[in-house]
Amino acid sequence: MKQKIAVQVDDLTVAYNYKPVLWDIDLEIPEGVLMAIVGPNGAGKSTLIKSILGILKPIAGSVTIYGKSYKKQRSLVAYVPQKGSVDWDFPTTALDVVTMGTYGSLGWIKRPRQKQKKAALEALEKVGMLAFKSRQISQLSGGQQQRIFLARALVQDASIYFMDEPFQGVDATTEIAIINILKELRKAGKTVIVVHHDLQTVPEYFDWVTFLNVKKIATGPVKDIFNDDNLTKTYGINYKVSIQE
Amino acid sequence: MDLTEYIHLVFTDYTLRTITLGTAILGAVTGMLGSFAVLRKQSLLGDAISHAALPGIAISFLITGAKDSNTLLLGALVSGLIGTFWIRGIITKTHLKSDTALGLILSLFFGFGMLLLTFIQKQPNANQAGLDKYLFGQAATLVESDVWLMAIVTGICLFVLLLFWKEFKILLFDKDYAKTLGFNTKTIDILITSFIVLAIVLGLQTVGVVLMSAMLLAPAAAARQWTNSLATMVFLAAIFGAFSGVFGTAISASQNNLSTGPVIVLVAAVFVLISFVFSPSRGLLFKQIRFIKNRRALELHKTLAFMYHIAESHANISHPHEIKILNGFQGYTKGTLKKLVEKNYVTLKGSTWSLTKEGFESALNLYNQLNKDDE
Repeated sequence: MKQKIAVQVDDLTVAYNYKPVLWDIDLEIPEGVLMAIVGPNGAGKSTLIKSILGILKPIAGSVTIYGKSYKKQRSLVAYVPQKGSVDWDFPTTALDVVTMGTYGSLGWIKRPRQKQKKAALEALEKVGMLAFKSRQISQLSGGQQQRIFLARALVQDASIYFMDEPFQGVDATTEIAIINILKELRKAGKTVIVVHHDLQTVPEYFDWVTFLNVKKIATGPVKDIFNDDNLTKTYGINYKVSIQE
Repeated sequence: MDLTEYIHLVFTDYTLRTITLGTAILGAVTGMLGSFAVLRKQSLLGDAISHAALPGIAISFLITGAKDSNTLLLGALVSGLIGTFWIRGIITKTHLKSDTALGLILSLFFGFGMLLLTFIQKQPNANQAGLDKYLFGQAATLVESDVWLMAIVTGICLFVLLLFWKEFKILLFDKDYAKTLGFNTKTIDILITSFIVLAIVLGLQTVGVVLMSAMLLAPAAAARQWTNSLATMVFLAAIFGAFSGVFGTAISASQNNLSTGPVIVLVAAVFVLISFVFSPSRGLLFKQIRFIKNRRALELHKTLAFMYHIAESHANISHPHEIKILNGFQGYTKGTLKKLVEKNYVTLKGSTWSLTKEGFESALNLYNQLNKDDE
């Protein structure tokens, strides 16, 4: 039986100015994979995620989530933005940030209640941050802030998770905690798409990979396509990476 | 006029009561909305909006010839909104930074407004126009209907704030994320900005174009120092703003009618100053005290550790040593030695010191404690 396609991208082209940041991207992401998007700086990795999520408006192309437009499938998708994209001195607590994950299902005007708070507390526990629930967010370490962001996405209870560099600037403990949660998500049949920088850990963490450098270079199972050829095509230099089977 | 006389007057004198009430409401609504401007890093937006309102006042006068504040403020509102949306347009459509866009619109509109004002003053019927009161504000011209208008706008603003609280919060904290959750961030954004423009326009008659942005920023900046909760911050900012209005009016009325707007702004600045120095968690004073305390404690610990190292080499831990040998050690002062004696860690005899059993154990534990922290 053919695997279901979770995310399908057709002819996606995005430009901020004149120069395209993404050019004619076709991409099929099967359901249940843990996928890394790799590529050099400026390759358009974050842009790809943001365009799929409708944060950026593409010049051309279309995106479907399980065969329907993103707008109709919003509740199936959760997003973990780059940690640096917000001001962590904002006057709020860890629990409050995680509760924001419930705002989408609540819709306009309705306030989070006991049920939402309970979900947020559970998510905090999953990422090992329950003890910090009342902590002002500026007083969390970088790794803890990243876990708060992850918990906020977990609260959404989605089928597809998009994460923008969740491992950036976190310590080894947090990295392991995060990857374990991602693997659990995959085990539960969820699809996880991660913008990733550390090529060394790709074979260990992920089972699917997309090479991106403005154009899509390759996409597929890590064991088939994570090789020198594709790395060289993506990064422009001969990249030696040991691949653990 | 002394204070008791003034308080008596607030309740009996119609004009003074109107002005006090007006400045208090104005302070509350600008403080509330100012919190949003500050948290969005749009502190300068208020300045640009208030300056952008000036040509609207002048044009409104030129067209209608009316001098009543409602007509003129309507003009201010229109040109304030135009200015604001130009700024947004410049930021999104070009690659200019927001401070450039703000500065550009501010000076352009203000320049145009000043030009129109001088033009009006040259006209034969214009000497009684008194439009220049909008430059620095003149609280004394507030009448009851002005205060009613302020109260109604504040009421609406409060209602909308409570209704869309969750939406405002998520937009302020993480706009992109709010978008992925399906919120129309543009609508929320326009809602907040429009209210900020409205509040500024309402304040022009009282505080004036030039100082209006301080009403927006000062209470919010002060409130931020005292709390880590958005709701408390907005509430405190409203309180600080209202009190700035009341105190400012009181001072200005009791001191030979000093210009009210600047006095209100100065009172707000005092709130900021006090908050920056005395806030328990973020204030400079307590930060410094904490810093010195930590330093002292560390010095004490290090001195004790140093003594421990010396005492360790002897079979008898309480073997006396010359005080002199401590002189070479950085953290050591007479004060620390005295503290150690007080804590019964060390005993002194003539020019020698010796570690007590208690001091030795404490130093040992200190060591383990530090190692534990490292893990």
